[in-house]
Amino acid sequence: MTTEENIWKLLEEVPDPEIPVLSIIDLGVVRTVKVHDSGVLIEITSTYSGCPATDVFIADIKSKLAENNIEGVEVKMKFSPAWTTDWLTENGKKKLKEYGIAPPVNEPDKSILFAKPFVVPCPKCNSKSTKMLSQFGSTACKSLYQCNECSEPFDYFKCLK
Amino acid sequence: MNDALISYCLRIGDSTLVLGQRLAEWCSKGPMLEEDIALTNMSLDLFGQSRMLYSYVAELIGDGETEDTLAFQRNEREFFNFLISERPNGHFGETIVRSFFVDAFNFHFYTKLKESKNEVLSAFAEKSLKEVIYHLRHTSQWVIRLGDGTEESKEKVQGSIDSLWPYTEDMFDMSDGDRQLVEEGIAIDLDSIKADWKKTIDDVLAKAKLTLPENAYMHKGSRKGLHSEFLGHLLCEMQYIQRSYPNSEW
Ligand SMILES: [Zn+2]
Repeated sequence: MTTEENIWKLLEEVPDPEIPVLSIIDLGVVRTVKVHDSGVLIEITSTYSGCPATDVFIADIKSKLAENNIEGVEVKMKFSPAWTTDWLTENGKKKLKEYGIAPPVNEPDKSILFAKPFVVPCPKCNSKSTKMLSQFGSTACKSLYQCNECSEPFDYFKCLK
Repeated sequence: MNDALISYCLRIGDSTLVLGQRLAEWCSKGPMLEEDIALTNMSLDLFGQSRMLYSYVAELIGDGETEDTLAFQRNEREFFNFLISERPNGHFGETIVRSFFVDAFNFHFYTKLKESKNEVLSAFAEKSLKEVIYHLRHTSQWVIRLGDGTEESKEKVQGSIDSLWPYTEDMFDMSDGDRQLVEEGIAIDLDSIKADWKKTIDDVLAKAKLTLPENAYMHKGSRKGLHSEFLGHLLCEMQYIQRSYPNSEW
């Protein structure tokens, strides 16, 4: 018998295609899992609206559940409420740092165009002396930084609120 | 009927799609790696924003319409994108100025649209606003850097402001259908964001030591589907695969 709890567990095994150290549960994109008479409804949200990983999430969720003989799976996109980095789990943030990506820090008011710079600690040596190289990084969710202490360039998972 | 709502959503979705396509033209041609990535990141966000609206419009129209048929199987006169979004890329500074004018518009527009009584539009605005703030911050910083940069960069970027400014009024153009939707609390009265938009522009240009042209002739027409000669060429390239191999999928 398929339970919702069971499905949540299986979804923990579906990795984010771009940051495979995170599961889609860590990322906080799975919003609802509902088991009903004729199948399963899963609602997910995208991180950034153009994120190409979204289509991969949907395919991977379906194949993961199919492997476990769960049928009648429908995956729907849900746009509201919009995803924020607050939905990243604590475990997810920890895994990001271990992977070498600085997890989001609480940034000052995003509605101000020229907000004061904020500190993003280096994920390698924890130094607080780092600089932003580019606001846009290898994927929509990241910026490029460099550590002034150990010189290591690193990705920063941008705060989105 | 939903005609006014469909047209309103296309107005927004087409503008983000066409600007996204222009920015995508920079892919592998950026002035440096970081900028190449930034321009295409912004492009991707814009494509995502279009998709949200196109999938909604496809639902409203029904009859087998999809986000792909909307993007790839309509002709010029059926597009309602801002004239400014179809302007050619020009040099890097020109691309930045074009995006800066549009980003500032979208920033104020989405801020208001969040309050729309239409749930899809308000969700769209909430999500897109988060992205647009990054875009506007980026393009503003470049306008300042180029304007207050070298003699050459200042001259070039001032030239772009002079040539693109006449296409800005067109963003504020509204149809009768739009006004009807304003009455219903669905659309935004664009006159209400104009002063805020202008202030954002003025503040950044003052920092950049750049000026706006005076008494410029203002081009209009995109709200009615009337475009410049550039849109057809852009669509040719963007729609080529779907036109050659209709309904092909990845
Ligand atoms: Zn370091």
